[in-house]
Amino acid sequence: MQELIAKQSKSGATKSYSTIATILSVLAMGLGQLYNRQFMKGIILLAVHAITLYTVIFKLPHAVWGLTTLGETQTQLKKVGRLYQQVMGDHSVFLMIEGLVTIFAVILLLWIYVLNIKDSYRTGKLREQGGVPNTFRQTVSFVLSYRFPYLILALPLAGVFFFTIMPIVFMILIAFTDYTSKNMPPAHLLNWTGFDAFRDVFQLKGWSTTFYKVTLWTFLWAILATLTGYFGGFGAALLVQQKRIRFKSFWRTLFILPYAIPMFVSMLILQNMFNGQFGPVNQYLELMGFDRIPWLSDPTWAKVTLVIANFWVAFPVSMLMIIGIMSTIPKDMYEAADIDGASSFQKTRLITFPSVMYSMAPLIIMSFVGNMNNFNVIFLLTNGNPINSDLQFAGDTDILITWLYKLSMGYGQYNYASVIGIIIFIILSVFAIWNVRRTKTFKEDTSS
Amino acid sequence: MSRKLRGSVWLSISYVLLAVIGVFSVYPALWVVMSSFRTGNSLFSETLFPTAFTLEHYANLFNKYDFALWYTNTLKIALTTTVIGTVLTLLPGYAFSIFRFTGRKTMMSTLMVLGLFPGFMSMIAIFILLNLLNLLNTHLAVILVYTAGAPLFFLFAKSYFDTIPKSLVEAARIDGAGHLSIFFRIVMPLSTPLIVYTALSIFAGSFTDFLFAKLVLRTPETKTLAVGLFDMISARQATDFTSFAAGCVLIAVPITFLFILLQRLLTEGLTAGAEKG
Repeated sequence: MQELIAKQSKSGATKSYSTIATILSVLAMGLGQLYNRQFMKGIILLAVHAITLYTVIFKLPHAVWGLTTLGETQTQLKKVGRLYQQVMGDHSVFLMIEGLVTIFAVILLLWIYVLNIKDSYRTGKLREQGGVPNTFRQTVSFVLSYRFPYLILALPLAGVFFFTIMPIVFMILIAFTDYTSKNMPPAHLLNWTGFDAFRDVFQLKGWSTTFYKVTLWTFLWAILATLTGYFGGFGAALLVQQKRIRFKSFWRTLFILPYAIPMFVSMLILQNMFNGQFGPVNQYLELMGFDRIPWLSDPTWAKVTLVIANFWVAFPVSMLMIIGIMSTIPKDMYEAADIDGASSFQKTRLITFPSVMYSMAPLIIMSFVGNMNNFNVIFLLTNGNPINSDLQFAGDTDILITWLYKLSMGYGQYNYASVIGIIIFIILSVFAIWNVRRTKTFKEDTSS
Repeated sequence: MSRKLRGSVWLSISYVLLAVIGVFSVYPALWVVMSSFRTGNSLFSETLFPTAFTLEHYANLFNKYDFALWYTNTLKIALTTTVIGTVLTLLPGYAFSIFRFTGRKTMMSTLMVLGLFPGFMSMIAIFILLNLLNLLNTHLAVILVYTAGAPLFFLFAKSYFDTIPKSLVEAARIDGAGHLSIFFRIVMPLSTPLIVYTALSIFAGSFTDFLFAKLVLRTPETKTLAVGLFDMISARQATDFTSFAAGCVLIAVPITFLFILLQRLLTEGLTAGAEKG
């Protein structure tokens, strides 16, 4: 300890490069680096500093104004000379997005600023200890070899940032405004309305009954769709993989067909097959002497049809996965069971099922989450119909995600749609985080 | 003896069940293929197999509709998306699997959660963003959005790369191989099933997406197959069911064929992901 203090005071006494470099870098990015004789780096950082100053002075005030007020001048008719003309006012949505981009840019620049200070401090320290700072070429090669993961992540992350994160933040903001088709920019200005839309969804009579009904069906649907898909796939896998079954790959190929056909094609096909009047399903029922079934026009039957249709596309995937997992179960377990005289049913129940279940559990959770958002099946098959006049902008088979779609794309209720979006996001995040925590991938990481 | 008998009874039942599932799986596809050869244009038919075969509906697709144009547009978008999207999925998968760095776990969980977020929930925002960039009604916009979403599905690639023995990479590093040459000359050749699986699912995804394409591509010249076909059947006066069926066949056949051809690789890829569970 004493040694350390002695060393520090000694280096402090010789030359305090680090202090001077830090102070210079606080004053302006790059100055510390120039002082440390890293000229190229210094010049680049100075340029960044100029950009930062420009952004903070000229862009930031406008961004903050735009985000807080969402614009002040309404688009209106103004008398220009003798004629009235449409004069464009502020565009609330553009102001919002521009404001967001500016604020993100400022955060990024501030982060570079902090890194710049840290860097010049560190280089200064290195010089105090008698080291020679990296040349620009050395810096570049350091980044290439030791910061390689960041380099290869930069492009993908930038894409995710601009096309996923930014839009999500924007959507969250929309939930707190009065953005509807009746109140659309640029003709009107938006206002911040706080939690009004949330309150409506949970408490206003028409909205809340719709919300609870749709949510209930969303969960019921996800449970049914997941269970039927999983057990269907399991059954098919067991059947195909029996020892004495011949032409295994022929059967597998046959069963994979529904999975291989593009979803929007197969769902439109099924929609026609289940057509109440002309569809072949009802034709066959009639031929067999049964009554026609209102597959798509009766609320309950429509739900049944959805589950059947989803089963049809979902079982092949779980079958493939379960076959894969079954092939990894050690053969000697079955041999031991044979010696003990176990029946094939016992082997399935006591060996196959638990092993498959163990590996499938996280995938089942993910497929549950996937089904909660299974937009395609519902949109293409029933489009949420039959229509229910008790519900706000929703039909009987709408799940949250298709309701959201109808609200925004169909009826222009953007703020309510965003509220639903936030709710879906919260539900999903709970499942996702739970699942991530219990997967091996992350457990391995914590131990390493 | 009785056990043996029971065995063969069960075997027969199994075959019957397999056949039933087979019919269940194939029937809708078969029905559409048959409809596409049927004369007339209605959904309704007395029999599954048409009494008179015709190729008229296939010709119709190219004469009455812009099917060839839709096909070219779709292939252009899907192929470009596949190449860029595969790279953008493999890169984060590789980075997260092989390297340990600050912020790694945060980034991974963030991407995972974002991946669950249904893409079109932020569609309005993306629409406005594209408008600002002056990209509306261009194929570039669709490609941009598809590829930008690809990294969210990195987890599968990561799980796969995790199965590649670390010692292999380390040995190469000791021999002085750079990051890029390790990636291209050691890791890539070992990852064929992963690459095929990733490329195939991105291709299939962009080939068949219609929601986003419908939102962005607004003129007839830019339409894709999915949009074109969807409009064909959902238009109010859509009565041309048999042409629609022919279109379905022409879209589904290449994709289905790809899947069946690559079935083995697919199973390997899927299970490699599953084992990690």
